[in-house]
Amino acid sequence: MADWRDLLQVLVNGLMTGSVLMLPAIGFSCIFAVLRYPNFAVAGFATVGAFAGWVANVQWGLPVGLALLAAFLVAGAVGLAAEETALKPLRPAGPLTVAIASVALTLLLENILRFVFANDLRGYDLPVLRDWRFEGIRINPQQAMNVGYAVAAASALFALLAFTRLGRAMRAVADNPALADIKGVDPGRIARVAVFLGAGLAGFGGMLIGLDTSIDPLTGFRVILSVFAAAVVGGLGSIPGAALGALVVGVGEEMASVLLSPAYRTVTAFLAILLVLTIRPEGLLGRRG
Amino acid sequence: MEAYLTAMLVFAGIYALMALGLNVIWGLTGMVNLGLVGFFAVGAYASALLTKYWLWPMPLGWAAAGLAAALAGAVMAVIVARLRGDYLAIVTLGFAEVVRIVASNEVWLTNGTDGISGIPGPWRGAVSPQAFNLIFLGIVWAAVGIAFLLLARASHSPFGRVLRAVREDEEVAAVAGKPVLWFKLRAFCLGAAVLGLAGALYAHYNAYIAPEGFAPLLTIYIVLALTAGGVGAMRGAVLGALIVLLLLEGTRFLAQEIPGVTPVQKAALRESIIALSLILLLRVRPQGLIPERTRTRASP
Repeated sequence: MADWRDLLQVLVNGLMTGSVLMLPAIGFSCIFAVLRYPNFAVAGFATVGAFAGWVANVQWGLPVGLALLAAFLVAGAVGLAAEETALKPLRPAGPLTVAIASVALTLLLENILRFVFANDLRGYDLPVLRDWRFEGIRINPQQAMNVGYAVAAASALFALLAFTRLGRAMRAVADNPALADIKGVDPGRIARVAVFLGAGLAGFGGMLIGLDTSIDPLTGFRVILSVFAAAVVGGLGSIPGAALGALVVGVGEEMASVLLSPAYRTVTAFLAILLVLTIRPEGLLGRRG
Repeated sequence: MEAYLTAMLVFAGIYALMALGLNVIWGLTGMVNLGLVGFFAVGAYASALLTKYWLWPMPLGWAAAGLAAALAGAVMAVIVARLRGDYLAIVTLGFAEVVRIVASNEVWLTNGTDGISGIPGPWRGAVSPQAFNLIFLGIVWAAVGIAFLLLARASHSPFGRVLRAVREDEEVAAVAGKPVLWFKLRAFCLGAAVLGLAGALYAHYNAYIAPEGFAPLLTIYIVLALTAGGVGAMRGAVLGALIVLLLLEGTRFLAQEIPGVTPVQKAALRESIIALSLILLLRVRPQGLIPERTRTRASP
């Protein structure tokens, strides 16, 4: 660490990396909070969103903001359809069976995309912008806008959870499904909403990842460990936790890529999972039990 | 055609060995392991490096592969044995990815993504390629036979009974005075050792290993094999491996018949079929073709 600017640059980069991870992590935690199983298919949903956004942006010529909306809607719809047809019937067999099926689901989604779009790297239709510089700190305008999109999407979800009837019902089911059921909340409907929102946010985040670099059928799978790390560090099932965890993991990964090598980002994420599980299994903002 | 069949049967044997290893960890002890390809890779690299660069004799290399994988399994088990199943799934999946990343980047040790070539094989070069294939076929299935006998014996021993008790209800096993963590640790090591041995056999048969050969897809194949055969039953693991191979190769011929499809699309179709069969199988027949037989006394 040569001087404070380097440190600040790592911090800025970390927050930008983290904000891209934030939405898939929130989506993963959102599904976990209501359905109590780790849905590995968020990787697939993220990739589906990235491709839906690509079609909207590059093939239909829509601006990035609308393409992100398309990414959210298509990924949410695919997630809901997959949940209802493939995963829901397995729920009685236990959360692990569903988790294993969700790994297969990711593989299936990835290969459907590969069949249609092949393995080529694709980029979005973006203006080339010069980096902003403040006192020697470089900020890529596209990444800064991605942070804005991510924060906007996360804020919308928080507002939904905090201020609407639907949000209260979702929190009630996450907190105590039996009690919520007695109070007349339909758990099936809440589960569908949670899956749609979770998969949609994963898709939105998948497109943000693509805006940062490029996309191919493995886009979602490549970041999945970082996404899990964010969710576990924050506390599995806690949505504010997932947001905070994503920032922590993002900064950690940027530090590792400076200190070790960029290839070891994912390894850092894995170590973060192990560290949290050893010291504080409920995560930063999770509850015990 | 004959060479092709022999090669496929060798791979069936390697898959069967992996399914047997997974069965100890997942089937008997109930610890889900979505990172089994990581232990397979550790074994493959250990034996390849020791026999190629340190010129160890192959049987010693294979033993070392089992040992290295068991060691990795022990470290893993210490970390994860207390965790709930959902965390276990995440951590084991992560472990396999980490192994692959390390293998891709520590070029001084593993030669990175270029992989290690020229790994010796038993009597390779001394006999004709056909004879080598047949010799290796014998070795692989002998290994499957030995592993099957030993593991089936372990599964019916008091040790195996405790593992099943842990799977069914950890607290009951603990109340009965069984050191649950110690049993989980040993089960994890045993299963990982078998996976490591399978990795070593793969490396010496293929003569070449690279990180891309240890993709999560292989984990899905083996989970599918074990689910198809029947989780918990050793015979099911072997049968399941044969079914998965038949499915993999059958879809290869099927994909060739479809006109106007690029090779990438063919590969995508085959992988989709594998993924779809696992989802359907979990739905239609989760207990597998050979369900585990457990003697339960009928209540009066």
